[in-house]
Amino acid sequence: MGLLDQRFDNSNIIITSTDSLLNWARLSSIWPIQFGLACCAIEMMATGASHYDLDRFGTFFRASPRQADAMIVAGTVTLKMASRIKVLYDQMAEPRYVISMGSCSNCGGPYWEHGYHVLKGVDRVIPVDVFIPGCPPRPEALLEGLLKLQEKIRGESLAKKRPS
Amino acid sequence: MIPQEIHDTLKGTFGEAILESKLDGVLDPWIKVAPDKVRDIAKFLRDDERMHFDSLMLLSGMDYTKGQLGVVYHLHSMKWNHKIVLKVEVPADQAHVQSVEAIWKTANWHEREAFDMYGVLFDGHPDLRRILMPDDWEGFPLRKDYQVPEFYNGMKVPY
Repeated sequence: MGLLDQRFDNSNIIITSTDSLLNWARLSSIWPIQFGLACCAIEMMATGASHYDLDRFGTFFRASPRQADAMIVAGTVTLKMASRIKVLYDQMAEPRYVISMGSCSNCGGPYWEHGYHVLKGVDRVIPVDVFIPGCPPRPEALLEGLLKLQEKIRGESLAKKRPS
Repeated sequence: MIPQEIHDTLKGTFGEAILESKLDGVLDPWIKVAPDKVRDIAKFLRDDERMHFDSLMLLSGMDYTKGQLGVVYHLHSMKWNHKIVLKVEVPADQAHVQSVEAIWKTANWHEREAFDMYGVLFDGHPDLRRILMPDDWEGFPLRKDYQVPEFYNGMKVPY
């Protein structure tokens, strides 16, 4: 039982609010959909590998949007890809979150002026919860973004409607 | 063979179809040929034992501005280890160039890319459609007079 091991004498009752319990469960298992678009995806893979180990935070890539809670847009979003990203986002079950990783996905990055084929920010097609700056962001930055998303989930409530 | 010998052999075989050349003082010596003779010349360059250009290293499109488009072929012979560059120039409103897909298979995707980016029409290509841009894209993005569209499928394109 880890944290709770040997902490209680004879009682097995914990008192908490449903919000805290459910949020704790949700933020401890953010499963992003597994896809990468460019060099940011290399950093994302490094974050998932043993040096940085995303799994410490319960984050685990899923190959299907139906099983995913979050989407990490890691790389340059071309106009051709943008419509596919929109479809993937629409296929995800709510509540769903989006992390925009890197300058390209945030605002077009180096393609902002002459990139006739690049979408200048993924927030033009889907709503974004966390933006991570960097080109590409280091794994620490991606982890920081993930922790920011955890903070956001921790503040949510079942009673109140989630602003979309 | 040195570039001059390659040029002289081509000139001897194809005569009028060899338009222009620059063989000295450039990194890649080039020969400009007629766009409606490209396939014959390419076939000769591949099959002739003295030439034996078995590798098309690169095929790229060009925009020379003033309404002229072009295609550049970088050839290499693995057997003789010599190289030559072929060029063709065509008017943009009638940009027909013979396909060399039947001679070097690698030209298939290269020619599709040149078509995609510059709108060069390769006569005889088995599957000439866009390779990088979406199928419903309008215009040819690497032409010098290309204007970026305001919207694509409802998405704003400029920054």
